Amino acid sequence: MSSIEIFIIPIGLFMIAGALIALYQKSLVAAIIVSGVVSLVASVIYVMLAAPDVAMTEAAIGSALTTVVFLYALGRIRKQGGSEND
Amino acid sequence: MIKRLFIFAAIILFGLMVLPLVTRIAPFTELTPLAAKYVGAEAHELGAANLVTAVVVTYRGLDTLGEVTVLFAATAGVGFLLRSRTKKDSSIADAETQAVEAGVQAADPESAVPVEVEVEADRRGSGASGAAATRRPAPLSELLSSASVVLFPLVLMFGAYIFIHGHLTPGGGFQGGVVIASGFALLMAADASRTLNHGVLLLVESLSGAAYVVLGLLGLVLAAGFLDTTFLPFGKLGQVFSAGAIPVIYSFVGLKVGSELTNILESLRK
Repeated sequence: MSSIEIFIIPIGLFMIAGALIALYQKSLVAAIIVSGVVSLVASVIYVMLAAPDVAMTEAAIGSALTTVVFLYALGRIRKQGGSEND
Repeated sequence: MIKRLFIFAAIILFGLMVLPLVTRIAPFTELTPLAAKYVGAEAHELGAANLVTAVVVTYRGLDTLGEVTVLFAATAGVGFLLRSRTKKDSSIADAETQAVEAGVQAADPESAVPVEVEVEADRRGSGASGAAATRRPAPLSELLSSASVVLFPLVLMFGAYIFIHGHLTPGGGFQGGVVIASGFALLMAADASRTLNHGVLLLVESLSGAAYVVLGLLGLVLAAGFLDTTFLPFGKLGQVFSAGAIPVIYSFVGLKVGSELTNILESLRK
């Protein structure tokens, strides 16, 4: 087991835990933010695996832009009165 | 119960289908012949210091053009969907406000308490629509608006740096474009009443998309084939003006992606 793997396995477990939290979270806003955090952690793993190009894409699209788009979409859904129970 | 059994069986069948991928294919211990060719020949064939960019823009240039096209189709779809929705929405919202007002007037003579409850529920259910209906601008966050003034130019510059230096350092058109779009997202979050000019965004987007295709056709005419970047001088490896047309193409991709994603955010926001 190389030294990188020792770090990557706990980070991967953290990502799985984050994904489960995002799935079972009652508050939609919190779920969106947690899924953004999962993307951010994934980009850290890509940097450790020497793939900075992929890491940049993941950090910019996965954690920044997707979160913003989801939040705007949630705002629009709430504006239309689609769901009052979240 | 039976439904769950079916789902379980389907999952197991799918697992059996992809099992050979796990058992039969061993991880590579050395570069495949194609990868070895790229690594060995790229520096004097294309002159880009960042091999990933050379592969993405030149060897797999047609795939990148396809990706840009997919993003364009997605943007067009979002714009079309949201534009036709907004018209209907505003009419529905108007009808709703009228109905609520009528209800308030009708309930007014009976007692004051139900009216308050109804208004309160309406506000809680759709806080944003309440604000939109009364045209009250959202209160500005002092922290966010002062930070956006300082950060927006820096974010923009960083995005431009990423796609201009795509052939030297990690990153490229897509990453730089997304960084630029996130700068605009910061601007939108800081000031809700600020509107961006859709015409300029569309102009930048379509002009840079067309320029990308024109550069590809120039490669067809002046060099070996479509999207061949060797028709411009190579320069010295590791400098900004090097690697033929790669930085030019990536700059156009960056502008296109940035304006497209900003356009998506802008049309989602309304």
